[in-house]
Amino acid sequence: MNLQRLRGLIRKEFIQILRDPSAIAIAFVLPVFLLFLFGYGVSLDARHIPIAVVVDQPTAETSAFVGGLEHSPYFTPEIYGSLHQAREAVMDRKADGIVWLRADFSRQVIQGKTAPIGVLVNGVDANNARIMEGYMQGVWQNWLQQRALNAGKPLIIPINAEPRIWFNPALRSRDFLVPGLIAVIMTLIGALLTALVVAREWERGTMEALMATPVTMAEILLGKLIPYFIMGMGGLLLSVALAVWLFAVPLVGSFWVLLLCSALFLLAALGMGLLISSAARNQFVAGQIAIIVTFLPAFILSGFIFDIQSMPAPIRLVTHIVAARYFVSILQTVFLVGDVWSIILWNSLALLLMALFFLGVTWRRSRKRLD
Amino acid sequence: MSEAAIPLHFADASKSFARGKERVQALNHLEMTLQAGSITGLLGPDGAGKTTLMRLAAGLLLPDSGTVRVLGADTRSQASTIQKHIGYMPQRFGLYEELSVQENLDLFADLQGLSREAVRSRQQELLKLTALGPFGTRPSGALSGGMKQKLGLACALLRAPQLLLLDEPTVGVDPIARRELWEIIQGLREKGLTVLMSTAYFDEAERCDEIILLHQGKLLKKDTPAAFSAPLQGRCFLVSQQTASKRHLRETLQARAGIQDARILANGVRVLCRTTTPPEARAGEDWQAVAPAFEDAFVDLLGAAMSTSDAPVTSNTVAAGPAQPTSPVPAKAESTAETVIEVHDLCKFFGHFEAVKGNSFSVQKGQIFGLLGANGAGKSTTFRMLCGLLPASSGTLRVAGVDMRHASAQARARIGYVSQKFSLYGNLSCDQNLAFFSAAYGLRGASRRQRLDWARQEFQLQDYRDVNVDELPLGIKQRLALACALLHEPPILFLDEPTSGVDPLARREFWKRVNALAEAGVTVLITTHFMDEAEYCDNLVLMSLGEVLAQGSPEQVRAQARSEEHPDPSMEDAFILLIEHHESQIRRSS
Repeated sequence: MNLQRLRGLIRKEFIQILRDPSAIAIAFVLPVFLLFLFGYGVSLDARHIPIAVVVDQPTAETSAFVGGLEHSPYFTPEIYGSLHQAREAVMDRKADGIVWLRADFSRQVIQGKTAPIGVLVNGVDANNARIMEGYMQGVWQNWLQQRALNAGKPLIIPINAEPRIWFNPALRSRDFLVPGLIAVIMTLIGALLTALVVAREWERGTMEALMATPVTMAEILLGKLIPYFIMGMGGLLLSVALAVWLFAVPLVGSFWVLLLCSALFLLAALGMGLLISSAARNQFVAGQIAIIVTFLPAFILSGFIFDIQSMPAPIRLVTHIVAARYFVSILQTVFLVGDVWSIILWNSLALLLMALFFLGVTWRRSRKRLD
Repeated sequence: MSEAAIPLHFADASKSFARGKERVQALNHLEMTLQAGSITGLLGPDGAGKTTLMRLAAGLLLPDSGTVRVLGADTRSQASTIQKHIGYMPQRFGLYEELSVQENLDLFADLQGLSREAVRSRQQELLKLTALGPFGTRPSGALSGGMKQKLGLACALLRAPQLLLLDEPTVGVDPIARRELWEIIQGLREKGLTVLMSTAYFDEAERCDEIILLHQGKLLKKDTPAAFSAPLQGRCFLVSQQTASKRHLRETLQARAGIQDARILANGVRVLCRTTTPPEARAGEDWQAVAPAFEDAFVDLLGAAMSTSDAPVTSNTVAAGPAQPTSPVPAKAESTAETVIEVHDLCKFFGHFEAVKGNSFSVQKGQIFGLLGANGAGKSTTFRMLCGLLPASSGTLRVAGVDMRHASAQARARIGYVSQKFSLYGNLSCDQNLAFFSAAYGLRGASRRQRLDWARQEFQLQDYRDVNVDELPLGIKQRLALACALLHEPPILFLDEPTSGVDPLARREFWKRVNALAEAGVTVLITTHFMDEAEYCDNLVLMSLGEVLAQGSPEQVRAQARSEEHPDPSMEDAFILLIEHHESQIRRSS
């Protein structure tokens, strides 16, 4: 190991990053864009769902019920004259569901019988549909309770669930998306960018020129690892800063634990990036492989958006080889819950093993030869 | 001589590669030694194993069997020691395009482990040697091809190596840069450096102390240039005839029994006979015995090697041109007929940069018209405007009677175009490429089948029908590209540096085809870096910095450069003289 050669390689790498617009785009622009998109744009919370209300025979009871809907933060009801019109509205996606109060609604209510409410939910967006179903039940229960109170009779429901929401009491999806996003951003820098820049050296023939000098393979690998490790940690700090100060995501756990776990994950991501580039010596193929085996799994199979427990068993098995899965679980814990060692230690161990595996295989595969 | 004093020694070295399912023997039991302090040229057709030899010498590949010793050290066990004492320049420069000239030099100094202080004076020396001093802060991606080569060379020379390996350092470089590069290399030899360089230029081979001729991974011969050509004494002649065009004369000579090779020179057609008794001269022909050159030996040795091997390409078995018999009428007589391409006051701006500055020229039917110029002269830009791939900023441009500014699509149907990189689909087979291009040109049914058969036969592609283009040698790719461009029988053919990087034999064959096309009435526009190829043109323009410096027949262009110091300039001399004169004028006026 010769420090002068290593220094030369690292300096070269940074000059290249700073002068190459595509590297800057992947390392800085894309992460900020993703953070803003998930911080401000994407929300998994259902709020202000437009809903079509059809009342066959308006009475005091029906207007009280519709009033309940209007007060709910989850719905924006709109009255339609007939079921037919309401259906048209759903077809045009002006409304996501229909609430239908039939002509005998008031009579049944007054007689104390079961009053049917027709609820039609547009099931195209399955997630929203399920949320709507639940919320609708809530509105209807509230309304019943209100009525019972007004009548001076207690409403008898045998079980009373009083949910308390821990760790994210406001149920803001942003609080759980933004920490998970850090895993995606670091995959982007560690795996995709690294795979691309090494493949570029092969493509442009600079690797051949490098190898004809006394430089060793260890120096070439470290000359890539160190700059992109620094870049990746920079991406982490940027993401944490934006998460905490701009999006007001709480950081309950320790910052240093976060830093250490991130470094482990980054090493695993860099290992994957280097391994990909040693197999694919052109940028197009390296980019495709990196997106398919690192970036997309980090997005879909890491638990960042989709809950791993509710995936089918075979896919749940697959998630075990996705490094981002362990990291997302650490991130969400450290940010929202705190330093829960039972989670942090096991997941860190998995990350450590993956980093060792990928870097080890890369090391074994790299020889200072062109064939 | 002690072991360590031998710069490079291959002992029974072999190397093979997997290509698809087959194994290709790139080097086959090679045995050779380089002389210390000499320049050795490495020549051979495409796929002869030149680059493999270079990489083995640099320790970037290891031999499958046998040994390679550099400066006494084995590449198997002592690669890193070797790499401290050699300079290696790969074919594609190996420069970092984002880094400036100075930053590239600093990087390679660091990689060589040279201290900043020690390297400072060395860098100054090299910048002076390569005349790159004024460009220290320029990103190397923005340098011209010639300057990139010189910078690549400077990087390889930082630690005054004992052995310098240069892989095709002069490919794609214009004559001026090529001459400068050679001056540098010769200066290094005088200081005792051993140089091994591969090249496709015969004039460079002549300047080497020794030449290694490779063919299919085997050493055909290793000797001095003079020793190569000596056995051909008495077999070379210069033939001239007043009444016929040189091109036509060449065709008739090549077809004659007893003549192995005929090529066009400035003052006639040079002929290599099979024996020392030349065929009888015909009426009007003037035969003069001349001294043999290395090029003759190259053709002779490789021709013999190829006819004994199973290689399908030999320069002599190629039928001359398209189906119709060679027209007995000299090309010049019909070339007065019709103006096919007319360019008047053509300009092209890229932002504020004027790439083409008000050029005018015209091309007659059946002519071969050459566009010559240094890198960055505006050749390719002019070319693209003529093909309708780039709109002109101002001026008129008529191709096949169509104004390219308004109806370029209409003109394109009458144009065949072969781009520098051939534009073939690498993962399609030969046949699939032909089928695709025939469909793209709208050929159908019987006429399509007929043209496909014609292409396969005419360009001898039968043996490669199911081979993917990526696996074809460059010469065959070039043939296929030409076949694809001719499927729709265009009256005009555009060829953008079709011979760059193609080996000398494939180039000969290529020109034979182009000649035959022109004889059959096809108008050919061609750009080239090879000045000897300019002699094949009926007319040419010489461009520099976007301007036309000279135009006319090769004789007229050469005459423009005639001076007392250069009473009989070659096309290359003329090129260098005219461009240097022009550039110095510009410098004076600014």
